[in-house]
Amino acid sequence: MKSASVLALLVLFLAGCASVQPRGTGDLGLVVERATGAVQVVETSGKTVLGEVEGLGDLSHASAVFSRDERYAYVFGRDGGLTKVDLLARRIDQRVIQAGNSIGGAISTDGRLVAAANYTPGGVKFFDAATLAQVAEIPAIGADGKPSKVVGLVDAPGNRFIFALFEAGEIWLVEMKDPAHPKVTKFPAGKEPYDAIVSPDSRWYIAGLFGEDGLAVLDLWHPEQGVKRVLKDYGQGGQKLPVFKMPHLEGWGFVGPYALLPAVGRHEVLVVDTEKWTLAGKILAAGQPVFVVGQPGSRRVWVNFAFPDNRTVQVIDAVEKRVVKTLHPGKAVLHLEFTPRGENAWVSARDSDKLVIYDTETFEVLKTLPSSSPSGIFFTPRAHRIGW
Amino acid sequence: MHTRALISFWALALSAGAVFSPAGAEGVLQPSPERRAALIHLVREDCGSCHGLTLKGGLGPALLPETLAGKEAASLESTVLHGRPGTPMPPWQAFLTEAEARWIVEQLQKGFPDEIR
Repeated sequence: MKSASVLALLVLFLAGCASVQPRGTGDLGLVVERATGAVQVVETSGKTVLGEVEGLGDLSHASAVFSRDERYAYVFGRDGGLTKVDLLARRIDQRVIQAGNSIGGAISTDGRLVAAANYTPGGVKFFDAATLAQVAEIPAIGADGKPSKVVGLVDAPGNRFIFALFEAGEIWLVEMKDPAHPKVTKFPAGKEPYDAIVSPDSRWYIAGLFGEDGLAVLDLWHPEQGVKRVLKDYGQGGQKLPVFKMPHLEGWGFVGPYALLPAVGRHEVLVVDTEKWTLAGKILAAGQPVFVVGQPGSRRVWVNFAFPDNRTVQVIDAVEKRVVKTLHPGKAVLHLEFTPRGENAWVSARDSDKLVIYDTETFEVLKTLPSSSPSGIFFTPRAHRIGW
Repeated sequence: MHTRALISFWALALSAGAVFSPAGAEGVLQPSPERRAALIHLVREDCGSCHGLTLKGGLGPALLPETLAGKEAASLESTVLHGRPGTPMPPWQAFLTEAEARWIVEQLQKGFPDEIR
């Protein structure tokens, strides 16, 4: 009897050694450690760091998208590296150097294609999501015959991708149903589009312009109507300030009919009425906004700022159109990401080497986690959002 | 080191002229070691948001010795201080003295030092 129970214990012990506890991936995420070329794998339920994956190259301005099973992250590095990271095994699954200089990427509707937006040589490359074998390439040569940098690459329904050409000032809509024969439709957009976003209903592709005031908007329900330019005079009468960091449009600053977006070269968040495409207001902020991100399930957006005002995060009520809270999470706040239902905000403070996790209702700091020069924070539920 | 460098960046930004030692090997005024660390951090991290952490370029051009070869130091210093109108390059003169811009350009032309972490 006694020896039987010892045997049972031994069997249990061996079984425990042989198999990893099964776990879901819906509460996982990845934090880019900018300076060391590593990513941290984090989980948002217990708010802990599960481990680190190293060897991803130059990760300044790195971003990530996720496989539809939320197991793998595709990380786009500045040095042109595209790395497929296994979040469960916490190791690199595949890695290719696909360009000299890269800016970001997207994953197709069906999850089978990963697209990378490149600066040098400017264009978009498409890869098999399983193997990272290249399947197509679209060089970004503008109507002027010159190469352009690609910005604002997002996915759109129907295995389409949309991106903008910085120098050429164009927006390209690419249908990739047959990867061997990409169908490209090109639109003139305006001077120097710097980034773009898709609205939560996947109807609007909105590109911010750096070279002039205004936005370029493509209606994906009516692409035949072309790109229209809106808010051409949002900065009229004001002095444009030097821009020490390019704003980003990634994240949803959408609340009701409003899109909240960073004003270029101004200490303002713009409130845009997306039904009439007019300016519904401007909110004075602590600096030049970089990210304006909607807090899921609320009427608030959270904003971080460019150098030298990058110690501050402000929370804006989109209905009252005013700042309701000013936070100082640490030095050089680069990014923020909400848990999918918006109860927590994770903020990266690069020069404080930490992540700060807030309760979005009370603004209480729930936890800080050490992180080496953290920048982008990406949670797996992005896998199921169009245009992220 | 990291924290100290940044604190001194802000402290010294106000009195940057006073912290230069008289002359360096190249005959230019040399920033103090603390200020140098702050400048290296500024270039790697904040200039790096457009030019890349490794300075191999991004939205802005590469700032490597080979890409800067043959360019006038004075014109590069002027670009750092006053920006380049018509491009996204902003003026940094609110954060840097002329001597500091000169030191940065000199380091870029030689191969920019890494951050001490």
